[in-house]
Amino acid sequence: MLKDITLGQFFPGKSPIHRMDPRTKLILTVVYIVTLFLATNWFSYGLMMAFLVLCIKISTIPPKSIVRGMKPLVFILVFTAILNLFYSDGGVELVRIGSLAITTEGLKRAFFMIWRILMLISGTFLLTYTTSPISLTDGLESLMNPLKKLHVPVHELAMMMSIALRFIPTLIEETDKIMNAQKARGADFETGSIIDRAKALVPVLVPLFISAFRRADELATAMECRCYQGGEGRTKMKLLRFSRVDIRAFEVCTCLVAGVVTLAAFGL
Amino acid sequence: MNLEPILQVKDLNYIYSAGTPFEHKALENVSFTLNRGEFVGVIGHTGSGKSTLMQQLNGLLKPTSGQVILDGVDIWSDKKITRQARFRVGLVFQYPEYQLFEETVYKDIAFGPKNMGLSAEEIDRRVREAAGFVGITERQLQASPFDLSGGQKRRVAIAGVIAMEPEVLILDEPTAGLDPIGRAEILSNIESYRKAKNATIMMVSHSMEDVARMTDRLLVLYGSHLAMDAPPAEVFTHAQELVDMGLNIPQVTQIFLHLKQMGLDVDNVYTIEQAVSILSRLKEGKVHA
Repeated sequence: MLKDITLGQFFPGKSPIHRMDPRTKLILTVVYIVTLFLATNWFSYGLMMAFLVLCIKISTIPPKSIVRGMKPLVFILVFTAILNLFYSDGGVELVRIGSLAITTEGLKRAFFMIWRILMLISGTFLLTYTTSPISLTDGLESLMNPLKKLHVPVHELAMMMSIALRFIPTLIEETDKIMNAQKARGADFETGSIIDRAKALVPVLVPLFISAFRRADELATAMECRCYQGGEGRTKMKLLRFSRVDIRAFEVCTCLVAGVVTLAAFGL
Repeated sequence: MNLEPILQVKDLNYIYSAGTPFEHKALENVSFTLNRGEFVGVIGHTGSGKSTLMQQLNGLLKPTSGQVILDGVDIWSDKKITRQARFRVGLVFQYPEYQLFEETVYKDIAFGPKNMGLSAEEIDRRVREAAGFVGITERQLQASPFDLSGGQKRRVAIAGVIAMEPEVLILDEPTAGLDPIGRAEILSNIESYRKAKNATIMMVSHSMEDVARMTDRLLVLYGSHLAMDAPPAEVFTHAQELVDMGLNIPQVTQIFLHLKQMGLDVDNVYTIEQAVSILSRLKEGKVHA
């Protein structure tokens, strides 16, 4: 049951998007998001949409899994849509309920807002689906390198992130095991009031915390045994290098941004 | 022995993540019967379906098809019956010491009986009796489970299941990772519970010596099928088949098979005691090869 949770799951593959440098993907994802907010009308939205569809096509990620990842966000989408629907002025009034009115402008805004959020999420999914967590943190570390001058512990932060990501599946598995063990002793997680259910989790959380601490301790010892002492003078097995794919990607994205900005400037 | 069936498994099939690309058959057409008071061992290579099978028997996992019948009633026929099955079929997982959570050993052992909704006196009686079975002292009952040694924690966890007084007690490698003394203690604890309550024991183990010594019957799982269901003496005569299944036979059995190949007239042997008696007989009779 718990195993079904997807947390930015990585789909291994060999597409050009998979082969890109994680730094390129990180930067371009940010550029993509910013551009998304520059888009203002049908034409620029259409251009962004075409770009997104093209990227998904190239990445060979099944569109189904992107749609599946959206499911938990349905509530936020509906909420945003309703807010935009009722709190926009202008346009022709369509329906009026008390002081609330639905106008054509509200309808348009709600539509564009949902479209924008969907594109934003699919874009970031594309990043996490095509980049393994390890290379993602590598990329982040490399991008944040300049902050070392300001004494920000960049390497340590990246290491913490990798470790956290590494242990998510382990802890999920552990939770499953402990829940089963307590169920075998008659623990009931499915019935009763919210308070009862919260209380029922104590027999799961206590052993889970203890085992998390134990694992942390063991990991620390193992790292020390191998003389880990932070980022100072540490070299990498896999060096990050920009290749031709990355240059192409930057070119394409520059065109995209230019296109969207032009369309916005002409007010189309 | 008077055989009275307590738990029956009929044509059990279980498929993990059915209908997805990750579909995986864990159990196929498994059928067997456990009788009251019986000590049954389960052996099988890693991934042969042992753990999945255990979780079917007390209703933690629902079979894809087939039935688990406890005392004549299908455990999935009614929600209440499923819950009852959890108490009547006690399940001790691998490394059960990692499930302890209460402030005191006493409270932890009482967790199961409390969930059964028993009276305070009855809970108290059961906790003390269960503690007695596994050799936990009065003083240890008031201690924090986290202050105990590994072997003691393991015994507390087993007591936590025994306190529910299950008619069938299933244990997944109860002796894994313990020293020889700890192993012997746990095995004798289990045996004394069986004797006192005429309970059925089903023990998954990788130690062929343990199952050879303790069990009346062995279930051999291989590739999600039930490959053998026979007394240990018979199972261990199929030495080559067991090795092909990634399993082993007791060391003493191996030695005697070698002796047989060398032309000595000996029976199949699977415990040290049998070996001693046969060898001393041979010595007295001065039988020549």
